[in-house]
Amino acid sequence: MTTISVDQAAGTPTTVTSTLDLAGVSRWYGNVVAVNDVSMSLGPGVTGLLGPNGAGKTTLLHMMAGFLAPSRGVVTLDGRPTWRNPEVYRRLGLVSEREAVHTFLTAYEFVLASAKLHRLPDPTAAARRAIALVELEGAQDRRIGTYSKGMRQRARVAAALVHEPQVLLLDEPFNGMDPRQRLHMMELLHRLGDAGRTILFSSHILEEVEQVSGTVQVMVAGRLAASGDFRTIRRLMTNRPHVFTVHSTDDRALAVALMAEASVTGVELDRAGLTVRAGDYGAFTRVLPKIALREGVRVRQLVPQDESLESVFSYLVEA
Amino acid sequence: MSTVSWITLRGLFGRRRFLLLLPLPLLLVLLAVLSRSLGVDADDWGPPVLVGLGLAVVLPVVALIVGTGVLGAEIDDGTVVHILTKPLPRWQIVLPKLAVAAGVSAVTVAVPLFVAGRLADSVRLGLSLAAASAVGALAYSALFLALSLLTRRPVLLGLVYVLIWEGLLSSFVSGTRVLSIQQYVIALADRLAPTELLHGDVSVPVAAVMTALISVGFTVLAVDRLRSFSVAGETS
Repeated sequence: MTTISVDQAAGTPTTVTSTLDLAGVSRWYGNVVAVNDVSMSLGPGVTGLLGPNGAGKTTLLHMMAGFLAPSRGVVTLDGRPTWRNPEVYRRLGLVSEREAVHTFLTAYEFVLASAKLHRLPDPTAAARRAIALVELEGAQDRRIGTYSKGMRQRARVAAALVHEPQVLLLDEPFNGMDPRQRLHMMELLHRLGDAGRTILFSSHILEEVEQVSGTVQVMVAGRLAASGDFRTIRRLMTNRPHVFTVHSTDDRALAVALMAEASVTGVELDRAGLTVRAGDYGAFTRVLPKIALREGVRVRQLVPQDESLESVFSYLVEA
Repeated sequence: MSTVSWITLRGLFGRRRFLLLLPLPLLLVLLAVLSRSLGVDADDWGPPVLVGLGLAVVLPVVALIVGTGVLGAEIDDGTVVHILTKPLPRWQIVLPKLAVAAGVSAVTVAVPLFVAGRLADSVRLGLSLAAASAVGALAYSALFLALSLLTRRPVLLGLVYVLIWEGLLSSFVSGTRVLSIQQYVIALADRLAPTELLHGDVSVPVAAVMTALISVGFTVLAVDRLRSFSVAGETS
């Protein structure tokens, strides 16, 4: 699908928006399934690809960018496959996770080389525009080898944006950036998304995705676990049952009292102590001290068991 | 100069690996100058220095360092993605890189071989060695460039070809010489400047055809492999 829209934020009068489609895409390495039957359609705006490390985000991004053949299914950009099709790079830009950059070039030379390789009509102007977009003008004549990680990342983003692609894929773009650089990158992604570009960035940090995109695709263990509006998914994540291990002076008495609590959905008593499942995190942590006081039990230890992002995402698969 | 060639050249000369190119050609010239100045008979020092060192070691090793460096080094450090994310037909990436590899290798090897050939016999021998080694540099470069797309250990495989196949097996199994770039270079140089110092084991037509076949065949293979280039994922 190709539509015309007005693009003022990115400084060009009009831009053609593009759609990236994945239909039943799987990728396996021997017996290991890295991506399992993923279907999605990405249109204009910023989309976050969220998932714990090893969920298959990078594999999925590489397939989207035409750097990996799907074992099954097809990835298309405006109806054309991305695999073995260099023509897609006229409309697609990629910023990979690996900090790979020609350190012997200056940022200007690096971005200019990209512009020339794209055969742009005015590569010099395009390079200057892209460098200005990532605010790297002050350091553009220094060798990239002398840059900080965040500056290198910005140089790579400038090179990926030099031909003003309709689709930009970024793999963990905030890795290694300081808070100011993160903010700057987030603003840039917002601007590009608002201008009608299709932006997809991957991250394993919930808060990053929350700040940048309204739409998320959540990957867990190679599968697409959730897809859609971030707030809805976040609510689902917040309201999931929480598991705590409690050690007290009288686990049995505490277990009996806790069972009467509405926020508690299950209690398990064994030699290791008390395992409590709470439907509402906040209500349970507020009520526990009161119950302990009332029952005359001293709580020695309260340990949340499933706070890892992995368990949060796993819950989504079951939800 | 194309942008791909420019980046390749900058990458080649910007890495310390390039310094590896210097000792062997210098050694070749040094040995030739020493032998000549000490009055050793050219029939005695010519074959071991010109063929044993120059064509059997300096040419393939220099071509190996450069040929695997023009693309293999970019694949190793991931910078190849920058060139591959451009709407360029893949032959427009492979051919400039091959030209840089063959050109740099040819210059690095042809100059010392010319000097050594001149000192051993004549300017004609020097020129024939330089020309034949330039042709050999093209064939070796095509082979090693394709190797960097076929395997993750192109240098190791290249060394196996140069040392085991060309160096060792060719001495015992004469049939392997038909698939030896070194033998083609000797045959071509011997044809350009017939001399007692060089003994080609394959005929000139075979050498010419095989050199062309290897150069074209491995270039086509490299282009095809680059079309299907896969980036290994962090999760793989």
